[in-house]
Amino acid sequence: MCLGVPGKVLAIDGLNATVDFFGVKKELRLDVVDEPVSVGDYVLNHVGFAIRRIPAEEVGETLALFDQILKDVAPDDLMAADVIGEMAAGKEQGK
Amino acid sequence: MTSDPLLAQLKFRDPQKARALAAALQREVDAIGRDEITVMHVCGSHEQSIARFGIRALLPRQLSLIMGPGCPVCVTDAPEIDEGVALARQGCRVLTYGDMLKVPGTVQSLGDAQADGGKVDVVYGVEQAVEIAKARPDEEVVFFSSGFETTAVGTAAAILRGLPKNLSVLSAHKYVPPAMEIVAGMPGSKVEAFLAAGHAAIITGCDCFRPMARKYRMPIVVTGFEPLDVLAAVLKTVEMIRRKEHDVANCYPRCVTGPGNLPAQKMLWRVFEPVGGQWRGIAVIPDGNLRLKPEFAAVDARRRFRIDVKGLWDYAPRQLADRCICGEIMAGFKSPKDCPLFGKECLPESPVGACMVSSEGTCKIWHQYGGVPDLKEVG
Ligand code: SF4
Ligand code: SF4
Repeated sequence: MCLGVPGKVLAIDGLNATVDFFGVKKELRLDVVDEPVSVGDYVLNHVGFAIRRIPAEEVGETLALFDQILKDVAPDDLMAADVIGEMAAGKEQGK
Repeated sequence: MTSDPLLAQLKFRDPQKARALAAALQREVDAIGRDEITVMHVCGSHEQSIARFGIRALLPRQLSLIMGPGCPVCVTDAPEIDEGVALARQGCRVLTYGDMLKVPGTVQSLGDAQADGGKVDVVYGVEQAVEIAKARPDEEVVFFSSGFETTAVGTAAAILRGLPKNLSVLSAHKYVPPAMEIVAGMPGSKVEAFLAAGHAAIITGCDCFRPMARKYRMPIVVTGFEPLDVLAAVLKTVEMIRRKEHDVANCYPRCVTGPGNLPAQKMLWRVFEPVGGQWRGIAVIPDGNLRLKPEFAAVDARRRFRIDVKGLWDYAPRQLADRCICGEIMAGFKSPKDCPLFGKECLPESPVGACMVSSEGTCKIWHQYGGVPDLKEVG
């Protein structure tokens, strides 16, 4: 529950955003994030809420780690499991 | 020990940088010239990164990097679990985060209550709880929320937006800074500095740690959980120990600011108030538990229901749990290898203490990543 996972904002509707997490599309709430978020931005997702807009110049750095973690997921990899769980925290799109 | 395979694991991040950091760290530690330097981190994600990427093996022999109360699930005390169990037995549908299921209560875990036919479901977040409550308007649904301030903010946001009538919140949310103070002030504590958790600090900012740094005369360094973030922060910490800088440093500026996320803090403190309470195995932490303010009584499960925990307590508490040393591990005095139950009676499938339950618990992580990830301990 405790990780923040970065994703790319695809669409915004009020305080709901559709965000792409490594190919998985989810809906996130924008109640908590303190900066204006626009389509194309990257945000850090925590239990279904965007908690931070990641500055553009930092995005590559942050994504590299997650790419690596998600690449070969061993079944007992706790960190990968947390990442996947955190991604699942967003609402299914279209629900 | 050759550190090359470990560096290879860090490869995607830049092995040269890792090697340079490790060398710099050794120089700093040598300059301090003491045999024992102890730094505590308070973040389950830090522990995962440290264990997964073998960071301890890169540290100088004299330096111990230990995990403090960094997992909100681990420190959830049995009587809090009992409240969730009691509500399930009273017929409510109890929704909670997956890690919470196996945390031992006085008599039963939420998982046991589920196996007994209680309506207990796992959710990933409060939004999902809202959906479930809407889909079951004829049931009383309780969101048993846990997590630190980062997670509590989400719960607060949902409450402020308005919950469905049949949904209430049983808050086991925790607030980290007071727990760090308690650990820092424990008599005999070896902790000389803290790595503070980056994701919590996105909300709280890092300035809030400054009074504690001054009071306990220790550096507090905020950082992220990527391996190089952790290493860089450890280096910064040791450098500050050498220079006797009792202040806060921000090694995670891409996400953390001095004042933090002010609108989020406002939401948090609109809805929650800090109250003292027991953190499992550690101590009573003044202001360590976040509870709903009286004005949100209508959505507070503790006020909406008469929660009958006493009825549970007629059963004898579990025997083994008395021998669990989770608290001493989280306070930094001991490590899982000091626990006679570790890997024997206490396993991830059948956890005795809370540290074996959550994916961020020290015992679980040590068990998962090879028992004793800290090579210094075996050599
Ligand atoms: S800081 Fe965030 S990520 Fe780290 S343990 Fe706390 S809640 Fe989890
Ligand atoms: S191994 Fe199990 S019993 Fe021992 S301290 Fe860890 S959680 Fe407690």
